[in-house]
Amino acid sequence: MITLDNVSHEWGEFSLKNVSFSVDKGEYFVILGPTGAGKTLILETIAGFHIPSEGRIFLDGRDATDLPPEKRKIGLVYQDYSLFPHMTVEENIAFGLKMRKIPKKEVETKVQSIMDSVGITHLKTRFPSTLSGGEQQRVALARALVIDPDILLLDEPLSALDPRTRESLREELKRIHKVRGMTTIHVTHDQIEALALADQIAVILKGEVIQVDTSSKVFNEPVNERIAIFVGMENVIKGKIVSNEDGVALVETGKYQIHALSKLIEGEVNVFIRPENIILSEARLKSSARNSIRGKITDITQLGAIFRIRMDSGLTALVTKQAIEDLGLAIGKAVYASFKATAIHMTRR
Amino acid sequence: MSITKTLSGAKRQRLSLIFLVVGSLLILFTLFVLFNMVFRQLVLDLNGFLEAVNDPLVISSILLTLYASFLATLIAVVLGTPLAYVLARHDFFGKNVVESVIDVPVIIPHSVAGIALYALLQSRSAVGTAFYNLGIVFEDSLWGIVVAMLFVSAPFYVNAAREGFQSINPRIERVARTLGASQWQAFYKVTLHLAIRHLFSGAVMAWARGISEFGAVIMIAFYPMIAPVLIYYRFTTQGLKGSQPIAVLLILVCFVVFMVLRLSTKYWEKRK
Repeated sequence: MITLDNVSHEWGEFSLKNVSFSVDKGEYFVILGPTGAGKTLILETIAGFHIPSEGRIFLDGRDATDLPPEKRKIGLVYQDYSLFPHMTVEENIAFGLKMRKIPKKEVETKVQSIMDSVGITHLKTRFPSTLSGGEQQRVALARALVIDPDILLLDEPLSALDPRTRESLREELKRIHKVRGMTTIHVTHDQIEALALADQIAVILKGEVIQVDTSSKVFNEPVNERIAIFVGMENVIKGKIVSNEDGVALVETGKYQIHALSKLIEGEVNVFIRPENIILSEARLKSSARNSIRGKITDITQLGAIFRIRMDSGLTALVTKQAIEDLGLAIGKAVYASFKATAIHMTRR
Repeated sequence: MSITKTLSGAKRQRLSLIFLVVGSLLILFTLFVLFNMVFRQLVLDLNGFLEAVNDPLVISSILLTLYASFLATLIAVVLGTPLAYVLARHDFFGKNVVESVIDVPVIIPHSVAGIALYALLQSRSAVGTAFYNLGIVFEDSLWGIVVAMLFVSAPFYVNAAREGFQSINPRIERVARTLGASQWQAFYKVTLHLAIRHLFSGAVMAWARGISEFGAVIMIAFYPMIAPVLIYYRFTTQGLKGSQPIAVLLILVCFVVFMVLRLSTKYWEKRK
């Protein structure tokens, strides 16, 4: 178990402010945030390269704030692999074991077995500069795993890879975590990565941890507008609660009204609707539970396999190619955007 | 066809071509100056050259030059490596000032450096007396030569070493630490290994700079004569005829030594 208790530190222009969170034993914990949010610094602070000016770090219940990195039983993998360029793949992986003065025979067996397990045995005698990005990252992973650390720290481990390699290595990370059950902290700016891997997510913006939650909570119920925008909420609408009857709030947005399931009784709110929860139709859908808002399409953008539709009502929806063809969607066409009262998340403004 | 292609290629690269021609003038200037001297000596006055080779004073002065500069380089390596590492890895208040101070010896006239060193280290000064009590004298001694060479050559080593350390991503050291290496082990087993070529070529530069020093050395130690001082002395007493053979010999010796060092680093790189 890892606990950060009110950790603060300054690096010139940048600072971490009162960072607190706990990672359970065996958990896959993702720190999600945009570039420059301070994710790597949190990781390096956990690893022991920065001693926070305030706050404490606990590893397995013991105060480890002043413990040097080599005593923390941590495996670290960087985005740029950071392999030792003057050593072969085998020597790279054996480095940690040699530092621990493990007998030569045992080093050989352990190195061989970890190389087999991540599928790099054939690269054994090669130097890092001759390997592809994916291969290098596997070596870096093997090098971190071979010392059997208590905690695995991954700093954007997939970000420098091409999409295909990224996906296969992502599966590899998932598999390794399943097999070894190692407490893992994975830093990324990629939401897909976070969704695919995380048990828990901490969202960090500008050196502050804003939300720590399960992935579904972070993506569906962000605590504020900044997180909502960052996790691809698309629909962030400002409104005011007019009434709340039996938990169904009526929100006035100026252009239209929205029914939302909410505990909030009154006041100014942000209304969040994920774009994939909006259904488009030619006629108004008849159902009391649904909001149905008419709008003209102003923009259609292809995003891989799906399309993003923007409407002059201010709403944005994601639809399939099939839907575009069936409904004959085109710029200028008027459609109804419908969504359930339960698909809405609101926060006070 | 191929000629027209080359011509049209040349037309497109007109800028580079003109720069190449203008730039080669500088190379020719350097080569011509040196070649002229070596040629005149070895072809037109071989006997004078052989006389110099057989002159024990000449040989000992050249050996002394190489040796003194080697000692200066050794000191620069021992003191300069930690300094270079700190400068490469840390930002601190006044770092710019420190870096400027390192470069000062490159900028100031070397006779001025010699005067300054003499003023500080002469036997009658406080510092000179303190060293005298330890058995070290600078005035007209090997140590005077070494100290003058160190003063002018250290910046070359420190700057090369700093660049070497800067070229190594600190993340590599960090990974080594998480793998169980102490700070010293990470430095020794990873950083030093990766920087060694830079350190070596910096040391060679510093050594060369020490060998070529004249102005600073002559102020503090006219005797024992290093080769540049001997060349100057012979020039003032015997003119070109007496000084040029030594100059040619010094150039040839340096040339051979540096070629050997250069080739050995090349070989080293290839093995990596």
